[in-house]
Amino acid sequence: METGRKRTKINARGLNLYYGCNHALKDIDMDIRPHAVTALIGPSGCGKSTFLKSLNRMNDLVDCVRIEGSVTLDGEDIYDPKVDTTLLRKKIGMVFQQPNPFPMSIYDNIAYGPRLHGIKSKSRLDEIVETSLRGAAIFEEVRDRLKKSALGLSGGQQQRLCIARALAVGPEVLLMDEPTSALDPISTLKIEELMEELKKKYTVVVVTHNMQQAARVSDDTAFFLVGQVVEFDSTKNIFSRPRDKRTEDYITGRFG
Amino acid sequence: MENQKTITIMGSSQNKSAVEKAAQSVFTVCAFMAVMAVASITIYMIINGTPALFKVGVGELLLGTEWAPGAAQPSYGIFYIILTSVIGTALAVLLGVPIGVLTAVFLAELAPGRVAAVIQPAVELLAGIPSVIYGLLGVMILNPLMYRLELRLFHGSATHQFTGGANLISAVIVLAVMILPTVINISTSAIRAVPEHLRAASEALGASRIQTIFRVVLPAAGSGIITAVVLGVGRAVGEAMAISLVSGSSVNFPLPFHSVRFLTTAIVSEMGYAADTHRQVLFTIGLVLFTFIMLINISLTRILKKGEKEND
Repeated sequence: METGRKRTKINARGLNLYYGCNHALKDIDMDIRPHAVTALIGPSGCGKSTFLKSLNRMNDLVDCVRIEGSVTLDGEDIYDPKVDTTLLRKKIGMVFQQPNPFPMSIYDNIAYGPRLHGIKSKSRLDEIVETSLRGAAIFEEVRDRLKKSALGLSGGQQQRLCIARALAVGPEVLLMDEPTSALDPISTLKIEELMEELKKKYTVVVVTHNMQQAARVSDDTAFFLVGQVVEFDSTKNIFSRPRDKRTEDYITGRFG
Repeated sequence: MENQKTITIMGSSQNKSAVEKAAQSVFTVCAFMAVMAVASITIYMIINGTPALFKVGVGELLLGTEWAPGAAQPSYGIFYIILTSVIGTALAVLLGVPIGVLTAVFLAELAPGRVAAVIQPAVELLAGIPSVIYGLLGVMILNPLMYRLELRLFHGSATHQFTGGANLISAVIVLAVMILPTVINISTSAIRAVPEHLRAASEALGASRIQTIFRVVLPAAGSGIITAVVLGVGRAVGEAMAISLVSGSSVNFPLPFHSVRFLTTAIVSEMGYAADTHRQVLFTIGLVLFTFIMLINISLTRILKKGEKEND
């Protein structure tokens, strides 16, 4: 690891994950810096999404999953039995590959999280809804239709709405699982610009299939291959002078 | 490529289009059969149901509370009968729907695979049991229980007419059990149809399993659950055999421990010996029942269409 990287938000140490007898993640060590965008790249089925989900324990929902090793968030082990996943997920938000707004109004979509965490005051909710929508650069587009169904929005708008929904619970980390793979190029560009903004306030971890996207938006990049991290370094180093032959092959498009 | 022949695209025979046309008309005729059935039932019910309305008088028939078709001065007030059907159905739905929806939630969301594999077929079996069997069970189990309760509650009462346990409560419980399979099956498929990514979104925001079910899954399955409720109402309103066995079948104001007569049971129990005006009134009762069912179905279609529009 580089010496300049003392401060870390999330540390994974010796993380192994099994789905039944499938060894999906093998001995992952990773330090994720705060207020930076960390990109996870690699071919399909390499474990990058699985790793992302293990950071907010969304893998807990899957049957017969077994996890070894540790993941710490600000020094606390998130797999400690005492961890309240509700509080963990309040701190670590997530945006999915497919835009998945709830079939309710735009307002209720954003207010969903805060309401879960006990905020009832109308004025407080109004405020959260507006700041979250502004934070996801979509407020101006929807300000006149907050009470309309979120399903009426375009795919790109829906995805930014989902980002706003994640921001509404006041997270510190934002996990994004291929957030633009279902979107058109213009919507993709908007989300990429948004990620630049987001990293000022949040720690962003993004899984992407798109190498250019990783190069454009991320500060650090991890290259995954069959459940292992082949190389993890600053994005600049990964893309300009990869140390591993396999990384070089992948980023130059020779496989994957 | 010089010797390649040009292949014509012109059809050689007329047979094909004849078969097509014949098939199409067969399908059309079949489709019209269903429409014809509905239309003829509607017309038949109106033709047979309305004469008594004029003969007895609309107000006296629908709002009259005295039902004495066999008396020297016969009176044909079916208000209590209508009220019994409305109240009985409403209570059965109030009792059956929460149980049914919660069972559906359990089956679709919470039950481990093996448990669901036992309960699901049991529920489907419940749907296939003839309604008269429910009635028999009611006679054997519910009525004796109700009778004991009645004896204790109205001990020494001079005004209460003892029913032997054949009362509104028994009928409501039997109806509630009878609508369970409908409500459970339709709600279960509605809940299962809610996309997995909505649950993931909710849980990623910190919601627990139960919070996700009540705040996201059930609202998202809303139109399906409404369908389940309305079909349950339809089943309860239209049920005759089972409740004719357990409800005592005498015309009274629908209070819990009264023997009561529903629209359906009135027809079933009297058609055998009714004649003249009495018979015509029974057809009018049929018309009232028919109208109820139609209203329920129309409102269902309305609600579902409205739901679709809102989600667009």
